[in-house]
Amino acid sequence: MVKTPVYLDYSATTPVDPRVADKMIPYLVEKFGNPASRSHPFGWEAEKAVEEAREQVAALVNADPKEIVWTSGATESNNLAIKGAAHFYSGKGKHLVTVMTEHKAVLDTMRHLEGEGFEVTYLDPEPSGLVDLEKFKAALRPDTILASVMLVNNEIGVIQDIATLGEVCRGKGVLFHVDAAQATGKVEIDLAKLKVDLMSFSAHKTYGPKGIGALYVRRKPRVRLEAQMHGGGHERGLRSGTLATHQIVGMGEAFRIAKEEMATENERIRALRDRLYKGLSQIEEAHLNGDMEWRVPHNLNLSFNFVEGESLIMAVRDLAVSSGSACTSASLEPSYVLRALGRSDELAHSSIRFTIGRFTTEEEVDFAIDLVTRNIGRLREMSPLWDMFKEGIDLSTVKWASH
Amino acid sequence: MSYSTKVLDHYENPRNVGSFAQDEEGIATGMVGAPACGDVMKLQLKVNKDGIIEDAKFKTYGCGSAIASSSLVTEWVKGKTLDQALDIKNTHIAEELALPPVKIHCSVLAEDAIKAAVADYKSKHGTTVETNMCSSH
Repeated sequence: MVKTPVYLDYSATTPVDPRVADKMIPYLVEKFGNPASRSHPFGWEAEKAVEEAREQVAALVNADPKEIVWTSGATESNNLAIKGAAHFYSGKGKHLVTVMTEHKAVLDTMRHLEGEGFEVTYLDPEPSGLVDLEKFKAALRPDTILASVMLVNNEIGVIQDIATLGEVCRGKGVLFHVDAAQATGKVEIDLAKLKVDLMSFSAHKTYGPKGIGALYVRRKPRVRLEAQMHGGGHERGLRSGTLATHQIVGMGEAFRIAKEEMATENERIRALRDRLYKGLSQIEEAHLNGDMEWRVPHNLNLSFNFVEGESLIMAVRDLAVSSGSACTSASLEPSYVLRALGRSDELAHSSIRFTIGRFTTEEEVDFAIDLVTRNIGRLREMSPLWDMFKEGIDLSTVKWASH
Repeated sequence: MSYSTKVLDHYENPRNVGSFAQDEEGIATGMVGAPACGDVMKLQLKVNKDGIIEDAKFKTYGCGSAIASSSLVTEWVKGKTLDQALDIKNTHIAEELALPPVKIHCSVLAEDAIKAAVADYKSKHGTTVETNMCSSH
């Protein structure tokens, strides 16, 4: 018997790997020094740990450690990258490009800049969730200063072709920012090859602690940013604030483990995801959201037609999963990501995001398949829409009583 | 969102799920709601020749509160005359199930389903009844 609720929400956050926690603890208790203290061994020891972690983070993405700036997480990294570049380069132009399916940390930052007089183009993705190259090219203008496209989407797990998009940006002299919060440890990232100027990272999506992240800021060609946090001039003036040594050490160790184990781990996770998909695709009228080829192995996002979203989430409460339904989140709108793919409100509401991770087992996947299959069946037995569908009635032609 | 134990009970063990054949004698059907609004309720009443509701069945596409409201209504209408069934108000349903304010519309929809089913019966049997299917919410 599996222990419930079964955690299948690894894209929301991951547990800290016990190896990571072990490395962090000494930096809370004994090695507590401030890395900025230059005059005694407490500071030197902390600084050494911070620089080692910087190397570990840089190593995972093949960057120079000098290009890594510590932040509080991917949200702050996105803010620093986009606002920082927009402000610094505003003399060059006032236009920015992004995609409708980006994380709110990017979209809301863009909205804020619109309020400051910048102009933003929000590209619609294809129904697969991928960005069309020609549409992307067409959106870049002579006054475009930055484009921001995420590497892996948090809801549907699709992987954007940032190698190609980066070439386009570099060719046109547009800075390219990539939110890679969901990508580390899942896809290969080689910043020596990629034409990416700014990249955001988070620790807690990759078995590190919450509250720590990093921003990659390219040195060759050099990217300049206007700092968003002012103070003691830490991180070469880009981000003031005492460094959280234990968090940084945790992120370094988490990224070290990711680099070492991602190849074998991804194969194991892919097998589990394929097993889950095979099981759930037996359900009639189950629709996959997002491209299956350009997708991380960790993610499966399905909509179940003729089942109402909130009752579905209630039915699967032995699973910790995310839903595109309004009723389970703070907003009243169904998932804006699924809506951007062209899904109807009903299908967006009745979606479930399953995300698999390091500690997911085959038993848990089988439990999920059984639970979801039984409950979809139960809810459809109760659904007048399912009856009508089975009778061959096209629901879009039915005149519903307004209420 | 947390649900009352009564909502959970009806959701886990819904009473009287199912359908009667439309052409069966004494069957009245009321269908209210719309998929885009997130809930559709179908309520069927089986009325005997004395005008008493002998049996009731429902099918609902909707949240747990919508399922519970319709399940509860099928229990309450049994043994009542059509006019007595019309006395069931959304406030009674909401109170019985301890519905939170955001779920009051589920009880309104269940009341509307009763009205629609009664109207269907009366239209088939030559009497009319006032319905209010477009209550705003």
